[in-house]
Amino acid sequence: MTHETLLTAAGAITSTSTGEAVTFWILAPVALLTAIGMVLVRSAVHSALLLVANLFCVAVFYMIQQAPFLGFVQIIVYAGAIMVLFLFVLMLVGVDSSDSLVETIRGQRLGAAIFGLGFAGLLVFPIGSAIDDGSAKGLDAANTGGNVQAIGRLLFTQYVFVFEAISALLVVAAIGTMVLGHREREGGRITQRDWMQRRFAEGAQVTPLPGPGVYAQHDSANTLGLLPGGGLASGIGGIPAVDPPGPPPVDGQASGSSPEGGPAAGGPGRPGGDTGPGPSGSGGGGDGGGGGDRPDPDPVDANDSALAGAGKGEDR
Amino acid sequence: MNPANYLILAAMLFTIGTVGVLVRRNAIVVFMSIELMLNASNLTLVTFSRIRGTLDGQIMAFFVMVVAAAEVVIGLAIILSIFRTRRSASVDDVNLLKY
Repeated sequence: MTHETLLTAAGAITSTSTGEAVTFWILAPVALLTAIGMVLVRSAVHSALLLVANLFCVAVFYMIQQAPFLGFVQIIVYAGAIMVLFLFVLMLVGVDSSDSLVETIRGQRLGAAIFGLGFAGLLVFPIGSAIDDGSAKGLDAANTGGNVQAIGRLLFTQYVFVFEAISALLVVAAIGTMVLGHREREGGRITQRDWMQRRFAEGAQVTPLPGPGVYAQHDSANTLGLLPGGGLASGIGGIPAVDPPGPPPVDGQASGSSPEGGPAAGGPGRPGGDTGPGPSGSGGGGDGGGGGDRPDPDPVDANDSALAGAGKGEDR
Repeated sequence: MNPANYLILAAMLFTIGTVGVLVRRNAIVVFMSIELMLNASNLTLVTFSRIRGTLDGQIMAFFVMVVAAAEVVIGLAIILSIFRTRRSASVDDVNLLKY
């Protein structure tokens, strides 16, 4: 059987079956609707997903038109790789960066719609008038031995130079992407030593902050936290400490960095005397265990200092 | 069914892609519309390949796919580098040539 007889035999086949017609009339509206939705929908992620649906429809069209290789390449490359790339860049740029509705050019949307209608008419009506009896030669002759084999044979014989040019294009695209995505680092690499030196030079908080929800500004054991009731915690078991008689200075109470403030709150479990004799200020609250046996605590002062401490702790 | 219906469908898809390029401001959506147009042209190529009975149209569609992949990679890299400096992916913000 020669080539010509094969072609004439294939020419007799109109090669559109009922199943293909059903598939087409189901999937063509889906493809059109997903395309229109891709243009019209606000969120960029939604339009990407609609484009994926559209690409799948077109892949099915390839498959039922005797191009199974292109159909699978469409699914793998387009719907797999390229759309993942699109979504990746969308997430990188920011999902919520939706379109602005401000028209830079007045009447652009209306003009675009009119242009689209006219362009569709220009494209569709000549095609519709040029449609003949609807006979397609079909690819049964060309696909003998397999579609992939036939495409490969053509690709590496007749189109081999185009193939080489395309591969060069791919290499250029890869290098160009690397050039575009490359960013020079200014001033060399920042080591951990540089980070530490900058941190101590700034003089800000050096140690890690306590966890969220903890009413304390320091992790240190000689700074007392606050109880839920507003009292000052002692060091042992969360027993409320009895406050010192005099109102301690608020800033010293809150920060705990001065030798008389925070420690002067007088928890019984606190290691006493670690801050020295405790000059004056809170009236000898610095001696170890002094708070526990003090006969006359003043709850108002305790609440005041606790609230002040809580306020200091919250705005951290 | 007439196989030329695929051509009409491809023409409609191409038109929708064109309108998308004209209307949308987000550069990534503009790129998606370009992808839609390339797909419509691919569908035309595959349909003509079937009508003519040769595989050349499928080969060309294959080449178009490769070119589209390269174009998407370069285009998204350009969008990202613009986004780094301008903090925006809108095509209206990239009017530096205007001034």
